[in-house]
Amino acid sequence: MRDKLPQKYTVEIIIENKPAARDPEGETVMRDLVHKSGYTNIKSVRTGKILRLNLEASSEAEAKDTVIRMVNELRIYNPVAHIYRVEIKDKRGES
Amino acid sequence: MNTEIKIGVVRFPGSNCDLDTVYVLRDVLGVSADLVWHKDKLEGFGGIVLPGGFAYGDALRAGIIAAYSPVIQEVKTLAREGVPVAGICNGFQVLIEAGLLPGALLPNDGLKFICKWVNLRVEHSDTAFTNVEKKGGLWKLPIAHGEGRYFADKTILKELHENNQIVFLYVNDEGEPTEDANPNGSLESIAGICNLERNVLGLMPHPERGSEKTLSPYRTDHGKRFFQSMIEYIRKGVA
Repeated sequence: MRDKLPQKYTVEIIIENKPAARDPEGETVMRDLVHKSGYTNIKSVRTGKILRLNLEASSEAEAKDTVIRMVNELRIYNPVAHIYRVEIKDKRGES
Repeated sequence: MNTEIKIGVVRFPGSNCDLDTVYVLRDVLGVSADLVWHKDKLEGFGGIVLPGGFAYGDALRAGIIAAYSPVIQEVKTLAREGVPVAGICNGFQVLIEAGLLPGALLPNDGLKFICKWVNLRVEHSDTAFTNVEKKGGLWKLPIAHGEGRYFADKTILKELHENNQIVFLYVNDEGEPTEDANPNGSLESIAGICNLERNVLGLMPHPERGSEKTLSPYRTDHGKRFFQSMIEYIRKGVA
């Protein structure tokens, strides 16, 4: 059996505060920009951080597993205050 | 100079309160103190200080990259052996990210970097850094940080209370932890905490900037008590 050739993947890690940890930046954006500009139907704004990674893996599952393992091993997020999710993008970096 | 006591001050790329800390230890407290590059060995020190600054430019979040420096494994070993370890400001952020202290330090509530003098209340005098102070003692020290909002989940907060690990609170002139006296939105006005063994302590205010009366607008030198406590703790361990 031949090993699958490595494919290139783009994976995004999105980190934001847990609901219990206030996000003053998001609150300011909502209050002083979004609402003041008339978009009063927007009920919450949460800011966060994105890390976009390009990596090689033999499958989408492996790419995702590698990134999730790294996120936890290196504490890319602080589990006390943050939540994260990992999203696979296609080769052009789009969903 | 008291050569029996030697304190190591760790320098990370981006530390900027390292020399102030060494100066206070040597010239104000009269003990021996050396700078240690974060890739070098920590040998022969009775106490360790992780100083303030912006290690690795606060990339990703303050303290996280320095938490993986080679020196941190040694700091962890020394902490387990009972050596007093202080983390001041960025040093506190490093101790949190290295897992030596629980919780998180988030960007300040007002999103601004805050540089001002604050009042602190000493909640416990049985730690390696507060043993010359009485419980309830009030200190004036400066803060200078952008990411100092202490946060913990309910489980951690309960443990901190049960184990008397909340050591410093931000308070007003009357010694009360009011909302107005809380500069950064820290949970329950927490300014500093210690570990279960009470030899590892982190705080956002800068004792090294408040250890001489000439440097304080209030003519206070409360920061000295922090380092005197540390020296006292080491001395008792040596004896």
